[in-house]
Amino acid sequence: MKIYDGKYILIGLLVFVGVITFPIWFNLGKAAPPPEPKLDTPVIMQMAQKQCVLPREEMRTGHMQILNDWRTQVVRNGKRMYVAADGKTYEMSLQNECMRCHSNKTQFCDQCHTYAGLKLDSTPYCWTCHVPPKETK
Amino acid sequence: MGIRFSLAAVVALVLAVFLGIKAAGLTYFFGVCVPYAAILAFVGGVVYKVLKWRRSPVPFRIATTAGQQKSLPWIKQDRLENPVTKKEVVGRMLLEVFLFRSLFRNTKFQMDQGPKLYYQWEKWLWLAGLLFHYAFFIILVRHLRFFTNSLPFFVEPLERLDGFLQVGLPGVYITDALFIVAVTYLFIRRIVIPQMRYMSLPADYFPLLLLLTIGVTGIMTRYFTKVDLLKVKQLAMSLVTFNPIVPEGIGVIFFIHLFLVSILLAYFPFSKLMHAGGVFLSPTRNQPNDSRIVRHINPWNYPVKVHTYAEYEDHFREKMVEAGLPVEKELPAEATTPQAGKE
Amino acid sequence: MAKVPKPNELVIDHRLPGTGWMDTPVVFRPGNFSYPGKAKNLQAVGLPNPREWSPTDEDWKLPPNWKQIILEGLRERLDKYRSLRLFMDICVRCGACADKCHFYLGSGDPKNMPVLRAELLRSVYRKDFTLAGKIMGKMAGARKLTEDVIKEWFMYFFQCTECRRCSLFCPYGIDTAEITIIGRELLNLIGCNIDWVVGPVANCYNNGNHLGIQPHAFKDMIEFFVDEIEAVNGIRVEPTFNRKGAEILFVTPSGDVFADPGTYTLMGYLMLFHEIGLDYTWSTYASEGGNFGLFTSHEMMKRLNAKMYAEAKRLGVKYIIGGECGHMWRVINQYMDTMNGPADFLEVPVSPITGTRFDNAQSTKMIHIVEFTADLIKNGKLKLDPSRNDNLIMTYHDSCNTSRGMGFLEEPRYVLKNVVNNFYEMPPNTIREQTFCCGSGSGLNNDEFMEMRMRGGLPRANAVQYVHDKHGVNAMSCICAIDRAVLTASMNYWVPDVTIYGIHELVGNALVMEGEQERTTDLRGEPLPGMEDAENEDI
Repeated sequence: MKIYDGKYILIGLLVFVGVITFPIWFNLGKAAPPPEPKLDTPVIMQMAQKQCVLPREEMRTGHMQILNDWRTQVVRNGKRMYVAADGKTYEMSLQNECMRCHSNKTQFCDQCHTYAGLKLDSTPYCWTCHVPPKETK
Repeated sequence: MGIRFSLAAVVALVLAVFLGIKAAGLTYFFGVCVPYAAILAFVGGVVYKVLKWRRSPVPFRIATTAGQQKSLPWIKQDRLENPVTKKEVVGRMLLEVFLFRSLFRNTKFQMDQGPKLYYQWEKWLWLAGLLFHYAFFIILVRHLRFFTNSLPFFVEPLERLDGFLQVGLPGVYITDALFIVAVTYLFIRRIVIPQMRYMSLPADYFPLLLLLTIGVTGIMTRYFTKVDLLKVKQLAMSLVTFNPIVPEGIGVIFFIHLFLVSILLAYFPFSKLMHAGGVFLSPTRNQPNDSRIVRHINPWNYPVKVHTYAEYEDHFREKMVEAGLPVEKELPAEATTPQAGKE
Repeated sequence: MAKVPKPNELVIDHRLPGTGWMDTPVVFRPGNFSYPGKAKNLQAVGLPNPREWSPTDEDWKLPPNWKQIILEGLRERLDKYRSLRLFMDICVRCGACADKCHFYLGSGDPKNMPVLRAELLRSVYRKDFTLAGKIMGKMAGARKLTEDVIKEWFMYFFQCTECRRCSLFCPYGIDTAEITIIGRELLNLIGCNIDWVVGPVANCYNNGNHLGIQPHAFKDMIEFFVDEIEAVNGIRVEPTFNRKGAEILFVTPSGDVFADPGTYTLMGYLMLFHEIGLDYTWSTYASEGGNFGLFTSHEMMKRLNAKMYAEAKRLGVKYIIGGECGHMWRVINQYMDTMNGPADFLEVPVSPITGTRFDNAQSTKMIHIVEFTADLIKNGKLKLDPSRNDNLIMTYHDSCNTSRGMGFLEEPRYVLKNVVNNFYEMPPNTIREQTFCCGSGSGLNNDEFMEMRMRGGLPRANAVQYVHDKHGVNAMSCICAIDRAVLTASMNYWVPDVTIYGIHELVGNALVMEGEQERTTDLRGEPLPGMEDAENEDI
């Protein structure tokens, strides 16, 4: 088979295949294991019924919206209390309420955000204002 | 007719995956088998097609010259529109590939009574085309966060730039909106402009509808029927590390998104979408206009039958001699008369 | 022959037919097609399937295995031309080309949109050469090759002048000229060609030029112009023919030998060469610059073009100068050296007057007369009196081939500005690389095709009309023999006040020659500006 302009086209094809397979060689075949946050903070351990403000699945995909709503309610509307579906009330506060149970930022925030490829200091931008609780390592 | 056919095809594809997941629970098939097959078809297909193009030679230098040629030293050559050196050709190709230079020339005609012709400003096609391609490209790069353990350095700045409006939660990406707007424009344009509609084939509507659906489902997984990102990433990572697992509980919208992307990939090499590769090989753009300076070689150049001067002179010798034109062979003294009789 | 409607009666309707293009059959009617090639002309150059036929016939008398011939021909060309293979695959039908075609603008026939012209061939390619087309048929834009498809090809590949304007706007550089050239090549395989192309080809092959002028007549005709020049300024120029040992071979399209106003351009060449004392010769064997082979097939182009180098070699000249012609220069710039080179028996052209070395033609060893003259003027070697052209308010028409197949834009303008005082450009969308075709290039300059020619000529004429109305332009110059013939007709039709000139006719007018008598007329015998009275006084 005769070929023409072989060199340039071959280089082009190599670049193409290289770019398309970027994730394969960039990871070198190793996948980081998906994070499994441990629910072992002192506060959670003491809870009889281990229940957050919303069911676990909804918290996974919707926690950012809850946090955002809470911020708006508190900062803009001056409302501080949140009534959950089961009638329980919560103080709408990241530091005082959320972090009371999920007291470990590395465990409950960073782990998953890192896995999902989010930049910790900017997205989410919770920590541009809030100060994370001190962690004992 | 073309629109209905393409629309039906896209609806059928969506329905197929919806039923496949919801009714038959074929998550492994749609989450692993189809994407693998699609990427194989895509890479294999593109390579095959380009190699096929490569097998045909470029026998002649047929650059479309769009500016002043290299000529006398005091005449300014238009180096990008009429390149002569390799560097100039690369410059022209960069403009073509990254800025759609040729399409930028576009105009629209209008004919009034008279008849009188006008050529109006028309950059919308260029703009929509450019926006669509760049938005699509950035969206693709952003998706790398599902496919890599540690984020490549260029993804985050791109994301931040793309989301700099900081509107909504999760933050709205500008490229998402541009993508939808541009594809919609390209689609509507095809339907509304009579000439466009007349020349369009099902193969023109289908990719646009496919892209539109991919865009919409993608946006849905992010903003509306939210999908568990960690599971999606787990699936994606398992695919690129060749250790496929489909975690439980990924929403059907995601599977629709993934399936349509797979269809797009597999469809790509066998359709007009190959213009992406073809633009690099286009002989009217990637050749220098230097065929008076350097001899271009046609690999299949073959000898042809020509009418030689000797044959020509044999035919006209008598007339030439009579007219005082120089000849190679003089007339034979005797044989003149009978030959003239034949003429 | 059909009567051509008057300009104000010509209906140009851009509304689309109710049926899709695949379901709209072609209708041959007087004025929209060219007469088919005569059997004797096909035979003269050994083209297949010579016969007497007409496009209006039901039966085109194609060879029994015509389908196989076409498909195999297409396969062969897909393997030979990357351009074709690529252009068949990558069009996205974005529509940018649609309204760039002069034939579409002037006719409103959607199949004259370059994209659909190419689809005529693409649909057949898809059916027989792609998987999608084989399986999905019409849904993939594929269709069967039938006699009706051949008729459609014949109609529309001979309603394209290969001007490449659409290619300029195509984001992938798809060149309809390339598709038309190969489409015509395929049609030629089964004997479907037009006589206005095959006739000149046969003439050129056997007699040396398109018009079939035989050697003695060629010499006579040129000598007639020698007399004409003498009548104008009293100088007797002395052209030579087939002269061995001349420094330069001069080749120009035979149209300039034969018909006004090209003949005046030819007189301009003779005067210029005489004035600078150029050691050059004409050839009766290579007496054609143009190449209608380009409008037939690549092979025919090569067969006709071969004469230039062959003759240059036989005569032992140093290099070749080519006259003003459009498609001739496309062939010389993009094909000649590749096809019939290397011209290693010639030398890199050096102007004997100025010493300028034409490095931009260092391989072909052939330069354009306008390049040559521009260099003379730049170096102050010519005495010019542009006021002799002061009765002309001039504009300039770029030929498609020299613009988009070469980039020959500034040289003619430079010469022009030195020989005329009043010069106005047409609107930017219609000149330089965006120039519009004259309307009848690529062998379509025949009388029976007149209606389509006038339609195709409309965009150019419109731009002329614009400068005519705005600046009072009454003359248009060009560097193409076909243009000179075509534009004369189309201006007559659309903008009757505008006359067509070749650049070297204007040079001839302005050139102050040594020892000339006082000139009272231009080369056409019209009084020079300010000399109208001198003429009248005699009466």
